[in-house]
Amino acid sequence: MLLIRRFEERTAEMYALGKIGGFCHLYIGEEAVAVGAVDALQPDDYVFSAYRDHGHCLARGSDPKRVMAELFGRATGLCKGKGGSMHLVDAARRFLGGYAIVGGHLPLAAGVAFAVKYRGGGQVVLCFFGEGAVPSGACHETLNLAALWGLPVLFLCENNRYGMGTPVERAVALYSDVAQNAAAYGIEAGRVDGMDVVAVRDAVGKAVEQVRTRQRPYFLEAVTYRFLGHSMADPAHGHYRTKAEVDEAKKRDPLLLLRTRMLSERLATEDDFKRIEQEVAQVVREAVEFADASPVPPVTALEDGVYI
Amino acid sequence: MASRVIMPKLTDSMEEGVVVKWRKAEGERVESGDVLAEIETDKAVMDLEAFASGTLLKILVPEGTTVPSGTLIGVIGESEEDIKDILRGSPPPIPPPSEVEGKGGGAAPSAEALASPRVRTLAREHGIDLKTVKGTGPGGRIVERDLEPFLLKKEQSTVREIPLTQMRKAIVRMTTQSKAPVPHFYVTIDADMAEGLRMVEESKKAATPFPLSINHLLIAASARALKQHPGLNASFAGETIRIFSSIDIGIAVALEDGLIVPVLRDCGSKTLEQIVEAERSLVARARQRDLTPEEYTGATFLISNLGKFDVESFSAVILPPAAAALAVGSVREVPVVRDGKVEVGHRMTLTLSCDHRVIDGAVAAQFLQTFKQALVRARDL
Amino acid sequence: MPTKVTYREALNQALKEEMQRDDRVFLIGEDVAYYQGAFKVSKGFLEEFGSRRVVDTPITELGFTGLAIGAAMGGLRPVVEVMTFNFAILAMDQIVNNAAKIRYMSGGQLSVPIVIRGPGSAAHQLGAQHSQSLEAWFCHVPGLKVVAPATPHDAKGLIKSAIRDENPVIFIEAQLLYPMQGEIGDGDYTIPLGIAEVKRAGTDVTLIAYSKMLLVALEAAEKLAQEGIQAEVVDPRTLRPLDLTTLAASAKKTGKVVIVEEGWPFAGLGAQIAESLYRRVFDYLDGPIVRVTGRDAPMPYARNLEDAAIPDVDQVVAAARQVLYRR
Ligand SMILES: Cc1ncc(C[n+]2csc(CCOP(=O)(O)OP(=O)(O)O)c2C)c(N)n1
Repeated sequence: MLLIRRFEERTAEMYALGKIGGFCHLYIGEEAVAVGAVDALQPDDYVFSAYRDHGHCLARGSDPKRVMAELFGRATGLCKGKGGSMHLVDAARRFLGGYAIVGGHLPLAAGVAFAVKYRGGGQVVLCFFGEGAVPSGACHETLNLAALWGLPVLFLCENNRYGMGTPVERAVALYSDVAQNAAAYGIEAGRVDGMDVVAVRDAVGKAVEQVRTRQRPYFLEAVTYRFLGHSMADPAHGHYRTKAEVDEAKKRDPLLLLRTRMLSERLATEDDFKRIEQEVAQVVREAVEFADASPVPPVTALEDGVYI
Repeated sequence: MASRVIMPKLTDSMEEGVVVKWRKAEGERVESGDVLAEIETDKAVMDLEAFASGTLLKILVPEGTTVPSGTLIGVIGESEEDIKDILRGSPPPIPPPSEVEGKGGGAAPSAEALASPRVRTLAREHGIDLKTVKGTGPGGRIVERDLEPFLLKKEQSTVREIPLTQMRKAIVRMTTQSKAPVPHFYVTIDADMAEGLRMVEESKKAATPFPLSINHLLIAASARALKQHPGLNASFAGETIRIFSSIDIGIAVALEDGLIVPVLRDCGSKTLEQIVEAERSLVARARQRDLTPEEYTGATFLISNLGKFDVESFSAVILPPAAAALAVGSVREVPVVRDGKVEVGHRMTLTLSCDHRVIDGAVAAQFLQTFKQALVRARDL
Repeated sequence: MPTKVTYREALNQALKEEMQRDDRVFLIGEDVAYYQGAFKVSKGFLEEFGSRRVVDTPITELGFTGLAIGAAMGGLRPVVEVMTFNFAILAMDQIVNNAAKIRYMSGGQLSVPIVIRGPGSAAHQLGAQHSQSLEAWFCHVPGLKVVAPATPHDAKGLIKSAIRDENPVIFIEAQLLYPMQGEIGDGDYTIPLGIAEVKRAGTDVTLIAYSKMLLVALEAAEKLAQEGIQAEVVDPRTLRPLDLTTLAASAKKTGKVVIVEEGWPFAGLGAQIAESLYRRVFDYLDGPIVRVTGRDAPMPYARNLEDAAIPDVDQVVAAARQVLYRR
């Protein structure tokens, strides 16, 4: 979690310096969801995400150097500079990608689950998406198909309350319990405090187990909050939400919650946190240095990889 | 119809060439394939062969002169033929290859004439002044049909066009790749086939599962001769000459729509019986088009037999990597004198095409001697 | 021995043989299993392969196309049947934003070997929403290959290549071609994608046409022959990547080109083919390339209007005369 937080803080800095371009959506405030959820997976399970994907990719164990290089648009990036912030992919870690059409990746996740089932494999597909995707046709078509065919996929809705500036209650009819949207398809559903990494891990662990053994989809709503703007172009708050609301949410910063808990349960000391903070700083520094020193992709490669 | 003699572009890098020596004089009769002149390219001196038969009507470039590839250097035609049109329009040099097929950038022959791009291209190629042409297209545009009276009389189109099959395309590629850059020369002999014919007859009567044919004898005799003259079992490789240890003989097999050259490997170490058996199965599969590419590429020596078509003699195109190709005619009954008496003899005419970069005339002649002897004593094969 | 089969049977054979050959290949779409396909292309499949590999879907083009793309990412080789390409529009986001781009965006880490097939183009009096030619939409997208065979032989050989291809392939059939008979090759043959074929050799004018319009062009060529005009008819077969070498060779030879397409004229595929030819062989053209296209309106229902909206033999003959400057 700390790595994701510090990595993204540096990302914002690099963005401001013009090293990173385009749309860049930070995950700050929501780290507990990715970290708790991915921790409950096996290495051969699959993960999909939307465009706010740095956290999921790092949580899956991707090399921060190569992630940062991708954000920089360098040849050494995970996707050779052809994907960018919203389209990170690390096939070796079965992180099958960030997708930037809201709702568009849900069918893909169900499709990989279909392939797993077709071949009699035991893997589970974990699919992250925002609550903004819930009303989309893609989401509903996918929920229906996954339920119909009993596909091993865990739909993990990161409800951070806003799709850009639109609050969930103005976007989703069944907003007070988003998971009800899946229940309509007979999909078992649950909800978890997305600020509590341990709770997320427990809930996802249980859900994944169920998906794996029962070969049925599961829909989990993780209630969370994004501390910063929708993208780098946005202020943290604006017309759609107040500073007071953001400040209130920050009191339940997932890093803070975990730290308090670990200290109180004597699972770690202040010194441990200091040491971890230093280690993370080092990793992030190296990632930036690596990205900065990496070559840009050759223009001659522009049309490479369109076809095999 | 008159035919142009052009300074060829024999290699990718060749931009121009020197007419070193004319081997035919103005007014002299030439046959297609005759050496017309010696041409010096950027790499070597080569023979320039005639592509048409007729009379060398005109020599346009004197000996020792350098001209760009594509330049008209002479005209072959019938003696009384009017070649003014050809002479007027010396074609432009071959353009460098580019993505755009065409002669972009060329100025219009006439500022006023409105003409289609095709017309401009044709006018340039045929040296037609478009000012003299009346356009019948929209707005007076000169279109292709308006040029017809100006173009060399095209053959009347009783032609039927058949799209090239892949096999035909391969043949086109292989033979032109050979004929243009490989300086061919030819050596011809007659061989006595009496013994060979007797063996074939006997084999037929014996009703063996794999009857012997003239081709088998030719393969065995070639293998024998190539063993003694390995310089012919060779290939031109740019900076070196490559001598092959394995004698891999390609046999041209005619198919309905083309030809294929299956390769009989390692003939040097095969007995005649083994050759018979291997050739039968290979050729049968070739006829069914059942060969893998490895089975019809890479011959080190070639045999083409048109005997069954009653062809007396002909010459074959060498297909690299081979450096020699043996063209075989039919077995003819001829009067021969033996012991002072005239008898009926059986003769076959063989023409060896050789790549002069690898093989010289004397070597070719010695090879044919050995070959001929082997056939005379066919039983020893 | 060459055998005569319908276009439908050719596809049926090819798909069946591919499914027999490779367990990763499966057919998914609306009514492909129990109903045996809206146009009966998958006749007998359910019996032979079972419901694991012949998958009926609900009417959710976005959903099942996207799912199949995911299945391809997951190592399978899906063949998606869209009941008609009119409905593929609902899956356009999945096709354009996912199938076509995933390989590129991932820097080559992922690939999507999928075939999306079904009938395109007009049938008879189906009205505006069920009669249209949308191949230009797909041809526009880098990352997709687009195939539109006109004959049973081509259909069989090309669908096999499409299934074996590592890239997403849009395979456009035609309702009115399904019952057409033709000779096909023996057994397990393939026709490589991206290779055009000269369907009729000629010297005077080049007619370029694909899918159903090939038949129109061939008929026009017959008519032209009666006037002593030898038309060469070239079928690109694969629309992307386009075999410009073959098309340009013919254009260069005749100097006169007519392109026949059923789709709408504005920004249609023929415009692209013409541009490509102008760039290659401008200096050999005897006049502007003429396109014969569908009319610039939604497909009308009334029989006479529909007939007028779709290119026919007379229009192609007239266009050929036009490029030959004959009247
Ligand atoms: C189909 C589609 N429509 C619109 C957009 C523009 N867009 C980008 S992000 C976004 C909000 C999505 O909100 P949510 O799914 O809740 O994710 P979050 O940003 O909260 O992580 C919108 C509307 C898009 N990317 N895709």
